[in-house]
Amino acid sequence: MDIIYTIWLRNMKRYIRSKSRIIGSISMPLFFLLFLGFGLNSVVQLPGIGGNYIVFLIPGMVAMSVLFTSVFSGIQIIWDKQFGFLKETLVAPVSRLEIMLGQTLGGATTAVLQGFMILVLSLFIGLHVSNPGGFLLALGFMVLIGISFTAFGIAIASRMEDMTGFQLIMNFVVFPLFGLSGALFPISSLPAWIGPITLFDPLTYGVEGIRYGLTGVSQINPLVCGAVIGGFTVVMTILGAFLFRKIKL
Amino acid sequence: MTVALHIENLTRRFNDLVAVDNISFDIEHGEIFGLLGPNGAGKTTTLSMLSTMLKPTSGSATVNGIDIEHDEDGVRKSIGIVFQDQSLDEELTAWENMDFHGRLYRIPADIRKQRITELLRLVELEDRKNDIVKTFSGGMRRRLEIARGLLHHPSVLFLDEPTLGLDPQTRNHLWQYIATLAREKGITIILTTHYMEEADQLCNRVAIIDHGKIIALDTPQNLKDGIGGDVVTIRSPDPAAIVAALAEPWITRVEQHNDEVIVSLQNAEQHISTIVTLLNTKQVPIQSIGIHKPTLEDVFLSFTGKTIREEEANHKTKMRMFQRMVRH
Ligand SMILES: Nc1ncnc2c1ncn2[C@@H]1O[C@H](COP(=O)(O)OP(=O)(O)OP(=O)(O)O)[C@@H](O)[C@H]1O
Ligand SMILES: [Mg+2]
Repeated sequence: MDIIYTIWLRNMKRYIRSKSRIIGSISMPLFFLLFLGFGLNSVVQLPGIGGNYIVFLIPGMVAMSVLFTSVFSGIQIIWDKQFGFLKETLVAPVSRLEIMLGQTLGGATTAVLQGFMILVLSLFIGLHVSNPGGFLLALGFMVLIGISFTAFGIAIASRMEDMTGFQLIMNFVVFPLFGLSGALFPISSLPAWIGPITLFDPLTYGVEGIRYGLTGVSQINPLVCGAVIGGFTVVMTILGAFLFRKIKL
Repeated sequence: MTVALHIENLTRRFNDLVAVDNISFDIEHGEIFGLLGPNGAGKTTTLSMLSTMLKPTSGSATVNGIDIEHDEDGVRKSIGIVFQDQSLDEELTAWENMDFHGRLYRIPADIRKQRITELLRLVELEDRKNDIVKTFSGGMRRRLEIARGLLHHPSVLFLDEPTLGLDPQTRNHLWQYIATLAREKGITIILTTHYMEEADQLCNRVAIIDHGKIIALDTPQNLKDGIGGDVVTIRSPDPAAIVAALAEPWITRVEQHNDEVIVSLQNAEQHISTIVTLLNTKQVPIQSIGIHKPTLEDVFLSFTGKTIREEEANHKTKMRMFQRMVRH
């Protein structure tokens, strides 16, 4: 545990010091929220889903900021590789599993903090939290998204030599996952042939879970959401740990 | 004396390239042992294998009797290493870098704190301890890395080019410091270098390594004595004639190297006039003549027929050609 805590602690210190990164990564979901939210609020009618578009969008933007921050935190391992710091960790008499778990929890914590900031800012633009239990449930889903996608980032970073592949991963994996997740629009309003695809996107269940927690409405049963994203978290953690164990310097 | 490191037929290949070629030797406890060689000789690869960061292709080694392949964690617990390339977290302070290391090696909090204070004082960084490493100079970073490598009291310390890129003053300072460590704490130190003076002044024994092979291994004094006396270098438009002219019994060795002739003999000062007279009688032209006490550079030259600098230039040319091939 103490090793996991050590790695986690380092991540926290670096996070707190990177003010520009903190602000940079809340700005995108915040812009989406303000422009898409207010811009489309009066135009978009959401059949069968209570509330207005902004309230619909908030869980999506919370998930987005958790997603991007966590993938990015996982990928950070590549920088540690390039700046040589990874050697310092790998030559110590500690298991790679501990290092990987510390990194995962560190990344997940920063990601959840980023999502939490969006959540707090959302309170000023229309989010009402009437049910504390639901709020905690949403936090739980954010934690699962954070862990699974940091582990996903670590898995990728373990196989990448440098940052050149990063853009590729963002464009062909992370953006599609985000786009298909129902963060921006209800999955039921998609054409029949795309609908089923969204059900293969693990993030869909995360977004729906958060949405259920915050608004009390979702298109997928929250238990199913929990089971799928929970299972995905386990699989990603195992995959990340496995690939990180074989990381080459 | 007991053996701290035992290396037997250790070999590492990268595809076709044999980076470390069947090396064997022992290092004793408390010794400062130098691996001296040009760029690409295989020094870092050797240290990577000994510190369990790289698997050998064949052969074996033990550190404090622990096998590097069968018990990686056992080896890792008893070694400290300062890598050739920087391995600090630049976003953290000096103290935090040390603290991170101490926690990784599970040093209890009170001892950790006390040792960090002690070591930072030792490397003269205590007044900078709360500064972010990004603001440190190269020398300060190096000193911090050495302090960090010592934090968990390793019995064997690997230093890969510890003074590379440092100014002469800092370098001297670090030498003294390393020597004190070995003497007072009984730490076995294995360092790599391509600075002759460093190997000469600091190390109890030196292994000269070239193209992955150990070509000589002894105390610096014995290595230099092996040259056979002082070294006289004679520059001439006709070096071959000089070699022919100097076939005398009181001359230990004559070798041509480019447009120079390198002559080894005892008490060169007394013989220099004889040499000049001899060459004059045989009407061999001399451009310049110099005498010096043998250095490890002469030792390297006598074993490889090249100076270390020529070897490095050679390596760089190869690397450049390789890079060009890769690019096109
Ligand atoms: N990961 C690797 N893949 C392929 N070749 C490698 C690798 N690491 C080292 N080499 C090659 O092995 C040889 C020895 O390299 P090494 O880094 O051990 O040399 P060195 O003696 O430490 O040199 P320097 O003084 O430049 O640090 C070189 O020719 C190098 O190109
Ligand atoms: Mg090297």
